[in-house]
Amino acid sequence: MTKILGISGSLRRDSYNTRLLEAAVQLLPEGVELELFDGLKEIPPYDEDDDVDPAPDHVARLRETIAGADAVFIATPEYNSSIPGQLKNALDWASRPLMTNSMRFKPVAVAGASTGAFGAVWSQGELRKVLAAMGARVVEAEVAVGHAPARFDGDGQLVDDDIREQLAELIQVLLAAVAERREAPTQPVAA
Amino acid sequence: MTNTETLTGASVGTWALDAVHSNVGFEVKYLVGNFRGQFRDIDGQLVVNDDGRAALEGSARVASVDVKDEMLAGHLQSPDFFDAERFPEITFRSGGIDVASGEIRAQGEITIKGVTKAVEISGTITPPSPDAYGKQRIGAVLSATVDRTDFGVNWNAPLPGGDQALGDEVTINAELFFTRSD
Repeated sequence: MTKILGISGSLRRDSYNTRLLEAAVQLLPEGVELELFDGLKEIPPYDEDDDVDPAPDHVARLRETIAGADAVFIATPEYNSSIPGQLKNALDWASRPLMTNSMRFKPVAVAGASTGAFGAVWSQGELRKVLAAMGARVVEAEVAVGHAPARFDGDGQLVDDDIREQLAELIQVLLAAVAERREAPTQPVAA
Repeated sequence: MTNTETLTGASVGTWALDAVHSNVGFEVKYLVGNFRGQFRDIDGQLVVNDDGRAALEGSARVASVDVKDEMLAGHLQSPDFFDAERFPEITFRSGGIDVASGEIRAQGEITIKGVTKAVEISGTITPPSPDAYGKQRIGAVLSATVDRTDFGVNWNAPLPGGDQALGDEVTINAELFFTRSD
């Protein structure tokens, strides 16, 4: 079984980005599961004084959940042209310690939905930069869902075939990166 | 026998890299100066043929990249730069090195991040010389220049003035000690 961890950068109950990840679940091939991370809101603000071993409970859970996944799929909104603070905060926790962090070399897909026209493309760009700095293997494909209210129906179902197709392709690229990592295992890289 | 022939005869054979004393590093323009790093885990050998021409092979473990900051070393190992997990080694090979001339000017092949490109190396090489422990040694100082973007090492950061933070041209410098291994 291949495990993808889905992280929505939006905490809102009816978040379009959460819906996008839920739509992705329906497109998964056999043998692949996508679990949505539900602990983003509980992550405390990053404070180096608190960054000790053992880590704070919610941080430990985040790190363990990432470590247990074969890949991560992050869907992010865009706040003030950038990444939502709570998502960035969680990634800052996840990135520590840098040389052994659970995101290192992990295949990661990025997508984004926004109510505006551009589908959180700036936020996605910044998210890619942050993930790359953490050492993640950010896959090239992207999905930008602009005008999000028009792409989902009243039940939160994705109703746009083009987006569905792009989403399926993104999942395919992500799974290819997972397969490549499995097929060509190399020695663990550490300091 | 001429002096050149004597030198060639003494050097014929296989020479192993003395990795402790050798150094393989890189230099690249960053902001206002040159930034340098090195690889701690290196290997190589020099094989000198009867005709005095030598072949050089070497490798460096990407995970052993050594810079003065651990965070930076981690970033250099990541897919943004060398991608140590997928491409754990940088390798180099070259033939046609004329040991007796003392000068190196040869074509080689370097593989970085899974991409192999021709590269020109230049430098100097010493004749065999006895060390204090009864071994013969050869020393070589080499350099080569590559465009990192040819190998998919593309990271950069825009500067306020419109330039990029990191240069594309990278000089690879190697100071190599060899001891006779056959």
